[in-house]
Amino acid sequence: MMESSERAAARAGARNLSLGILLMVVVGGVGSFLISRARWWLPPGASAQALEIDRLIYTTLAVTGIAFVLVHVVLALFVWQGGRAERAAYFPEHRTLELSYTLAPAAILITLVSMGAVVWARVHQPAPANALVVEVRAEQFGWIYRYPGADGAFGRFDAALINTRTNPLGLDPADPAGADDIIARGGDLHLVVDRPVHVRLRAKDVLHSFFIPAFRVKQDAVPGMTISVVFTPTKAGHYEIACAELCGVGHYIMRGKITVESQQAFDTWLASQTPAAP
Amino acid sequence: MAATHTAHTAHEEHRLSFWRRYIFSMDHKVIGIQYLFTSLFMALVGGFLAMLIRMQLGFPTAKFYWAQWLFPGGFANNQIKPDFYLAVVTMHGTIMIFFVLTTALSGGFGNFLIPLQIGARDMAFPFLNMMSYWLYPPAIIVLLASFFVTGGAASAGWTAYPPLSVLRNAVPGSQTGQTLWLISLALLIIAFLFGSLNYITTILQLRTRGMSLTRMPLTIWGLFVTAVLMLFSFPVLFAAAIMLLFDRSAGTSFFIPSGLVVGNTLVQHSGGNPLLWQHLFWFLGHPEVYVLILPPMGIVSEVMATNARKPIFGYIFMVGSIVAIAFLSFLVWGHHMYVSGMHPLVGTAFMTTTLAIAIPSAIKTFNWLATLWRAKIRFTTAMLFAIGFVSLFVTGGLTGIFLGSPAIDMYFQDTFFVVAHFHFVMASAALFGIFAGTYHWLPKMFGRMMNERLGRLHFWLTFVGIYATFFPMHFAGIAGMMRRIFSVTIYQHLQGLAGVNIFISVAAFMLGAAQLIFVYNLFWSIFRGPRAERNPWQATTLEWEADSPPPHGNFGPELPEVHRWPYDFSLPGAPTDFVPQTVPAGAVPSPVHGGSDETERS
Repeated sequence: MMESSERAAARAGARNLSLGILLMVVVGGVGSFLISRARWWLPPGASAQALEIDRLIYTTLAVTGIAFVLVHVVLALFVWQGGRAERAAYFPEHRTLELSYTLAPAAILITLVSMGAVVWARVHQPAPANALVVEVRAEQFGWIYRYPGADGAFGRFDAALINTRTNPLGLDPADPAGADDIIARGGDLHLVVDRPVHVRLRAKDVLHSFFIPAFRVKQDAVPGMTISVVFTPTKAGHYEIACAELCGVGHYIMRGKITVESQQAFDTWLASQTPAAP
Repeated sequence: MAATHTAHTAHEEHRLSFWRRYIFSMDHKVIGIQYLFTSLFMALVGGFLAMLIRMQLGFPTAKFYWAQWLFPGGFANNQIKPDFYLAVVTMHGTIMIFFVLTTALSGGFGNFLIPLQIGARDMAFPFLNMMSYWLYPPAIIVLLASFFVTGGAASAGWTAYPPLSVLRNAVPGSQTGQTLWLISLALLIIAFLFGSLNYITTILQLRTRGMSLTRMPLTIWGLFVTAVLMLFSFPVLFAAAIMLLFDRSAGTSFFIPSGLVVGNTLVQHSGGNPLLWQHLFWFLGHPEVYVLILPPMGIVSEVMATNARKPIFGYIFMVGSIVAIAFLSFLVWGHHMYVSGMHPLVGTAFMTTTLAIAIPSAIKTFNWLATLWRAKIRFTTAMLFAIGFVSLFVTGGLTGIFLGSPAIDMYFQDTFFVVAHFHFVMASAALFGIFAGTYHWLPKMFGRMMNERLGRLHFWLTFVGIYATFFPMHFAGIAGMMRRIFSVTIYQHLQGLAGVNIFISVAAFMLGAAQLIFVYNLFWSIFRGPRAERNPWQATTLEWEADSPPPHGNFGPELPEVHRWPYDFSLPGAPTDFVPQTVPAGAVPSPVHGGSDETERS
């Protein structure tokens, strides 16, 4: 009597837990993925590297998705069986089995590492000669963009000269290279479609992170460092820059805007800007 | 040493005053329970802060009159203010990681279980042990006091990245709050170091006769390797915290370069580098996540073998993978810094070590599955949490494969995908380890059984609640939602996320409320639960040889002697389906593993 009620409890427990794992984790996980695929997903990619990074994401998703479903199905199966067994097996070890499930994941991971390393290296290739060079300077809580002007050289800056209203970048008036620099403050970051961009990323005060979701670009802006970010926008349109590193109370409003346009439209826009000449 | 400990038998207990027995106790069991209950209090505080976060992200326009009444400084117009929001986010992370999970696992279960499971009468250094606990409440007081100082609590995130955490005018929390945060953490680190020195010494020196290293329960292996990790990694954070304090107060520039301007003011620092902090922080920070997951791995192995009535599968691989994970955990910190400005080649190296750590993690998962294969499972609440742990660990571990790849991380870094990942693999999984351990060992701690019906209800609401809360966070992250943002309404690309955030918030409230069932069950059981026998689960390890609860000195006049490994369940030819570690090899057949031919420790 005692024994049979214990058996019944074990069967019920096994049924509940294996069904719970199957329904909630497997069906729920896959189902919510399908829903999310339609509603909350990667913003449409709009840069050359977005294509490659997305391919890597989808490959990893396939591998991990299969592992996720398989492991949970096996878990549910063993749990279900475990509620019905007369007695447990004495099965303390099995070297061949253990070695094989050490080496199988290792092989898969080595493949993923190699694929990842290739994309990572390609993303960090030096900027080509025809790249559009622009300086992006992050500050609490906004972005300032500077183009080098006709001479192709940025003017020197000095933090001591910074004045938020009159000289936000602290440009040194003594440096002639700075006279024709174009500072786009408050406006959009203008880029040219299909032309590589070489961003020289700086920060004025604290850490920020230069995040363009549509381009799959993210790079922290670190005070005291100038960091190169290279990417190629491939679709004309309007995009957003987000700050992805906690930078203070206004972190959530530190939004920048990007316009990607033809070379001609870009040139027209650039010509309409007044040089800095501080 | 052993001789003096033998004197600590029951009659000595009467001589200790109430204060020495329950408050300033040097008994490892009391200290463990003190750690557990203090962690429970902090878990309620940290969980409440999580609810405030979810209120804002799910219902940014709702008005919370009661919250304004509770936090007059943090709310305006019945809505949370952005600066208070950042303080809440920072304190939630700090409290949960350092003041709940680390303290409950290493402080709580470490203290309670180590001497009992290795057959010792107490820790090697009982006084140091008491000191370790008594640094914890002051650390809490300093930390919580920071909510009431000018500028409020620290707001630079639990990672406290400079310059934000150094420059007093960069964020309100970087006034006095950040100083208190650093002092509090420094106090707690000293407590952790006292504890880990004690655990290592105890496990190496005070094992009873026959308890060779390969006969130690996996819980002890998890706690032992964790103590080693803590001993090597926490001093680095301690040094970094002192350096940060100096940068803030003494005018040094470890982390601050020249030429910083906040507002219109030039900062008077030069020569430092903010990346140095990140390296130092994550040199601790990454081992720290394994400090939180190795003890649960041990607890889960223990609970699973006992309730599967089956030996843990692949004991040697289980121990080996714990050691491998611990070793590799010192070589992967850079994966938190792929987009920090560190050289990309370094990122490639860290990617390799990071994905290498997935291999021992996979071994553990498959070994748990093999343990469940052809088992005769008892579905106790502890077992439900142990199986749930495997599910959470798998789900969170798999998303780690995305984040370990730097090119993918370039998109996912600092988004909710990361938040989802670590809440599964580290936070929730560790929590499940704590729950499994509590339901399993409470009979030993208090001599009372917990209510299984409430336990099952708690398990199901928590298991469903965790998946419902954290699984959709992946989708928010995939859509590009950044961490630590006060509102998702500003950005175009986040406009569609209101619905998913409402769902997450509702699930989180349910998850939070479900924990009250646990608290009720815990206190009800301690006072009213049915009396526990000595060995209610028919387990094999040494703590079940002691009374429930064990007296001062744990065991009778003679310490138990160990003759076999801890997982002889369903041994063919044995009279019962479990053979305790103390049963001599001649009485029932010798186990396959850790047999009697091995040299006995004397």
